[in-house]
Amino acid sequence: MTTLDLAAMLQRHGGDATRLVQILHEVTAALGYVPPATITELAARLGVSRAHVEGVVGFYSFFSAEPQGRFRVRFSDNITDQMAGSHALCQRMLDAFRLELGEVSRDGLVSIARTSCTGLCDQGPALLVNDRAIARLTPQRIGAICSLIRGEVPLAQWPENLFAIHSHVERRDRILAAVMQPGEGLAAAVARGAAATIAELERSGLRGRGGAGYPTGAKWAACAATPGPERYVVCNADEGEPGTFKDRELLAHHAELVIEGMTVAAFAVGAQRGLIYLRAEYPFLVAPLLELLERRRAAGLLGRAVGGVAGFAFDIELHVGAGAYVCGEESALIESLEGKRGIPRNRPPYPVTHGYRQRPTVVNNVETLAAAALVARDGADAVRGQGTPKSAGTKLLSVAGDVARPGIYEYPFGVTVRQVLDDAGAVGSQAVQVGGPSGTLLAAREFGRRIAFEDVPSAGAFMVFDQGRDMVAVVENFARFFAHESCGFCTPCRVGTTLAAQMMTRIATGVGSRRDVKDLARVAGVMKAASHCGLGATAGAPVVAALEKFRPAFDQRLRSLDVVPTFDLDLALAPAREATARDDLAAHLDEEGP
Amino acid sequence: MSERAREPATVPRRKLRVATASLAGCFGCHMSLLDIDERLVDLLELIELDASPLTDKKRCGPCDLGLIEGGLCNAENVHTLRAMRANCKILVAVGACALNGGLPAQRNHIDVRDCLQTAYLSGPGVERGFIPNDPELPLPLAQVHPLHDVVKIDYFLAGCPPSAEAIWQFLTDLIAGRTPVTTHGLIRYD
Ligand SMILES: Cc1cc2nc3c(=O)[nH]c(=O)nc-3n(C[C@H](O)[C@H](O)[C@H](O)COP(=O)(O)O)c2cc1C
Ligand code: SF4
Ligand code: SF4
Ligand code: FES
Repeated sequence: MTTLDLAAMLQRHGGDATRLVQILHEVTAALGYVPPATITELAARLGVSRAHVEGVVGFYSFFSAEPQGRFRVRFSDNITDQMAGSHALCQRMLDAFRLELGEVSRDGLVSIARTSCTGLCDQGPALLVNDRAIARLTPQRIGAICSLIRGEVPLAQWPENLFAIHSHVERRDRILAAVMQPGEGLAAAVARGAAATIAELERSGLRGRGGAGYPTGAKWAACAATPGPERYVVCNADEGEPGTFKDRELLAHHAELVIEGMTVAAFAVGAQRGLIYLRAEYPFLVAPLLELLERRRAAGLLGRAVGGVAGFAFDIELHVGAGAYVCGEESALIESLEGKRGIPRNRPPYPVTHGYRQRPTVVNNVETLAAAALVARDGADAVRGQGTPKSAGTKLLSVAGDVARPGIYEYPFGVTVRQVLDDAGAVGSQAVQVGGPSGTLLAAREFGRRIAFEDVPSAGAFMVFDQGRDMVAVVENFARFFAHESCGFCTPCRVGTTLAAQMMTRIATGVGSRRDVKDLARVAGVMKAASHCGLGATAGAPVVAALEKFRPAFDQRLRSLDVVPTFDLDLALAPAREATARDDLAAHLDEEGP
Repeated sequence: MSERAREPATVPRRKLRVATASLAGCFGCHMSLLDIDERLVDLLELIELDASPLTDKKRCGPCDLGLIEGGLCNAENVHTLRAMRANCKILVAVGACALNGGLPAQRNHIDVRDCLQTAYLSGPGVERGFIPNDPELPLPLAQVHPLHDVVKIDYFLAGCPPSAEAIWQFLTDLIAGRTPVTTHGLIRYD
């Protein structure tokens, strides 16, 4: 732990309160947490209220106002991590330090907690320690990590191979096979002209790869058509959907293509600034991305007169998120970029007219931008020629779970689920969760369905469960994920996700009743109808799908009674029994009642 | 039953038997029921009260309707609730405490042992105290729970307390056989 010169640090950030999330990252790196006195000082120096700073600290799970360990360990808790044995490994480390989950050791050395998916599902189980990620955990690796922590070896001196992140590309198509010279896409766009570039994109049929599938050309056109003193291009690299790791691969090995896409977008819509919102779980991408941006500046592909085009000034900065899934939602992402709590805005107005700093803003997913760069260079027909009528081009799938070869698979849209399973070496699969917890749960009889907007859309995740897996536990994991990630702004989602998680846990642990099953469906309905943003709207989807497709797995767990108490009545009297030293008949409650 | 007897107009009206109970509540919901004022007379045309703090009858017999204010804070509350459930065809949770635990649930973050110790042993002004342990006294649960955590509840009437207006509309609906709907404006937390 080092000390922190707050004044100097804030000066580097230009005393700009919109950089608060980045500032808090630096405070956390230096002090391990954000002490109350620092919160007060930050508020004063940035000219914002203390409540604002404290609110931001409290919102993001990677910040804390309470002391954390000097080594802050977070185990990734996606279902694929669990399937690979993460809970046992986590317990091993807890035992080694005699800690409870979420606890800080008394000497302040280490704290151990869980976090949502870290995007290393092809090489899990994984964990984060401070700002480093470690994949492919084994008992041996856990042992090594424990010794390093115990020896207080600074992270910088840990063996580099611990931090190695592998790349598993199993199938390449247009995007992953592309070789793009820096500036090639931009040059083609410039030659065509801004308006014609957007028209080309519209003709290509390219749709957003972040989940919603909005036509990219129309989005750019709307932004370009909105008058304003400045415009922005935002690359959504939050990749928070559990089971998704294709943007990680793109940014690790094809970042040039993504930045090219951002630059083309900036040229087409007339933007001066670009922002990359990178999830905090990918710290290993920060330095390479900053280097790449530097290289492009040196090559005249960022800065003034980009690509030699007089008057086209454009530069890109990197923002790092702080462990909030909802910040992948584009308007929450913009709030976060502005240094605020990541609470989704009312939409409309949409970011294309009122985005970053209320200016017209294009927000696109990493993969969308890579595909757009190729449209600029190769023309619409090249993309149009692949895929299905409503889903042009190719899609990157992040395949994980019960398969022989987890990794990235790029297919033309329209590929069947069965084809993907075969290629990945899946045997005896009973279910696939396409697009992550907020996507679609498919049972074996549906493996003939196709990945495409007109059939099964996907933001990229493809998690496979074989017949040995307990689907109730799978759905419970998803329900807990949503309860943890709900931003708490609106009641249907804040309350609904927690109720759903509690009911799922009751069912999974064998104390649920038929009423829980009924209420689950009802709660899911309310969340879908009444939530403020997409998180709440889809949070009930896996439960509803599982109840439809795997109902017997639920029913087998239920107790026969129609309604059973949700807690152990007799146990609830134990503290009072202890305090009064009573053990008479009236000091007990039986479970079934009279 | 003959054809004639099934004609809607000839269904004989009988008074509904209603029980009420106050568990871990403040009696505010019962006061709100009394606040329907002169309509109480109309109400008593339609119902007869069984066990209720208003009649001081303690044991609940078979009833059509049970109204419960307050949540579950001790073992006795659980017994009363179960007796009500066993006897009432329709059970209604009335007020925030019955629905969510309400004000009494504010103690849920305090350990019951600490609570008893402070109140009876170590608190200010306590001398030679002891924690009451008479088997007659119901033991407190570790936490205050809403009613639906233990039995099936058929209807929920929100508010703290629900207004007299809301209670009146709810009861008249229920008695007339209409599914009660508390419309916007009737749900209030004072
Ligand atoms: C809860 C939630 C989380 C989201 N997370 C992401 C994400 O991690 N990455 C992403 O690209 N889009 C995410 N989206 C979708 C974005 O809101 C937005 O539609 C997308 O970034 C637009 O880019 P595209 O048109 O290129 O897909 C999320 C949406 C919701 C509702
Ligand atoms: S739906 Fe959930 S995540 Fe979205 S605004 Fe409401 S509480 Fe927040
Ligand atoms: S809901 Fe309000 S009025 Fe009714 S018992 Fe509880 S505190 Fe009293
Ligand atoms: S429970 Fe009485 S004030 Fe809310």
